[in-house]
Amino acid sequence: MNAIFKRPDSLTDAPTHFCPGCTHGIAHRLIAEAMDELGITDRAIGIPGVGCCVFLYRYFPIDALEAPHGRAPACATGMKRAQPDSVIFAYQGDGDMAAIGTSEIIHAANRGENITVFFINNSVYGMTGGQMAPTTLLGQQTTTSPYGRDFKSEGYPIKMAEMLATLEGVAYSTRVALHSPKHVNQAKKAIRKAFEMQMNEMGFSMVEMLSTCNTNWRVSPLEALKMIEREMIPYFPLGVFKERTGKDFL
Amino acid sequence: MTEKKLTKGNIALAEGAIQAGCRFYFGYPITPQNDIPEYLARNLPKHGGTFIPAESEIASINMVMGAAASGKRAMTSSSGPGISLMQEGISYLAGSEMPAVIVNIMRCGPGLGGIAPTQGDYNQAVHGGGHGDYRNIVLAPGSVQEMFDLTIKAFELADRYRNPAMIIADAMIGQFQEPCRLTPEKPVEFPEKPWALTGRRGREPRLLKSLYLGDYEQEEHNLFLKQKYDEIQEKEVMVEMQHLDDADLVIIAFGTPARVAKTAIAMAREEGLKVGLIRPITLFPFPSLQILEHSRRIGKVLVVEMNTGQMVRDVRIAAHKDAEISFYGRPGGGFPFPDDVLAEIKKALGGGAR
Repeated sequence: MNAIFKRPDSLTDAPTHFCPGCTHGIAHRLIAEAMDELGITDRAIGIPGVGCCVFLYRYFPIDALEAPHGRAPACATGMKRAQPDSVIFAYQGDGDMAAIGTSEIIHAANRGENITVFFINNSVYGMTGGQMAPTTLLGQQTTTSPYGRDFKSEGYPIKMAEMLATLEGVAYSTRVALHSPKHVNQAKKAIRKAFEMQMNEMGFSMVEMLSTCNTNWRVSPLEALKMIEREMIPYFPLGVFKERTGKDFL
Repeated sequence: MTEKKLTKGNIALAEGAIQAGCRFYFGYPITPQNDIPEYLARNLPKHGGTFIPAESEIASINMVMGAAASGKRAMTSSSGPGISLMQEGISYLAGSEMPAVIVNIMRCGPGLGGIAPTQGDYNQAVHGGGHGDYRNIVLAPGSVQEMFDLTIKAFELADRYRNPAMIIADAMIGQFQEPCRLTPEKPVEFPEKPWALTGRRGREPRLLKSLYLGDYEQEEHNLFLKQKYDEIQEKEVMVEMQHLDDADLVIIAFGTPARVAKTAIAMAREEGLKVGLIRPITLFPFPSLQILEHSRRIGKVLVVEMNTGQMVRDVRIAAHKDAEISFYGRPGGGFPFPDDVLAEIKKALGGGAR
């Protein structure tokens, strides 16, 4: 009998710690599938940020380094420079990348570090219980914006994929979403492309993934998926904001 | 006879790093240590090394972490405010058991502080600095030659114990010039690193982490680290001791104050005052046993520091309970001249504890 669908070799069968309905699991699976297809599992090293993603090493059977909060791009920089033959990826949440780690992500991107960063944007701090993040939507209620985010006080949600695309060192910056089969397929292609950018020494690659945090959004998993379409995508448009096609930058 | 070259302290340290096999430097400019990154920016590429002018000290220490996790010898250097920014990363290095060398050519804070010679960061370096229950290995060079030799030693100790090693020096040691042998005294040690992250490549995956959430896991880990620190304390103490046999007073000082003390001791001995010196070269591990033994016998101790009294607390803990301990400190860039120390010697010998 032929197996037509199975767990990727690059994914362990560890029970997940993610909440039911959370799309981190989908992102993990897509990264594992991409590693399988590209044959890079043996030379991949993952660097999780701090937050729900910190247990990355439970789910990927690869070498991993637990970075301080927000610093994964700097750790990845030192690591990639030390071992250019390995495939180094960071996996950050929105508090990690877009708040405490803005300096590290911008400068790693601007140097054109040949690393790949996966960015889970679910508009809240997940692990600490749903506080307001830089990506929290206007009007969105969180435990620390209980009356809804107000631009007059908290500013506007930050658009990382667009911002990073302005930097010369960036080879690939894109935003995808994880709420429907069509979008999951698009996300998979983006993840694969990001890895390929690194393998082809094109420079910095980043995939922002619009994700759910139904627990902290206080909605059902199904409603959370609808909210990505209804509320996140209008503010965080999907698309490729930067893509290098040749090495003429060298 | 090995050739010696007139060399600046910071340059000796930087060349020591290259000779120790360090090929990765990440740093952010701050006076009075800029000679170190500037030298390495010029010279690391000649040895196939990597120099990155990082966007901040926070990024610097985390780049060091990435290279160290890869099993490579990596370092950064900075001064007071920059070292404060690195403390998070240093704590992670200690917690995840990664070796790295961090150099602090001290500024005289608090705050931005001036750039005159000072030892205000003793507590920060020796008693943690970052969060959590950990120790740095801390080396305190007292000469340009030691800036070179102890840098090599720092990399060896860091690797042997999988722990951050810090070198702290005042700006005098960093900035002055002395004849220096710029080759290692003995072959440099390179311990195996069967924990390094290199991509699993056919073996079992490896993990470097500091988060332990299971019942008692974190306590177990911290107790394991404690055992390691105890072993370091037992095996790695380095200390210089002079003129202790007949001494009626022992001066305890490190770095520049120890050099000043040597002059003051010579002046005192010319006047018939018997004074000896204990100079801790490792600040952690601290030479507690030596201090206990000699303070018991000699009875009178004078601690000289370029701060308001930081190492003196460790001396009080280590010294014999009956020892009379006095302190002379010049903080914030004030300088203890030999005459000043001689006056303190006379006070200590004449009047007992202050």
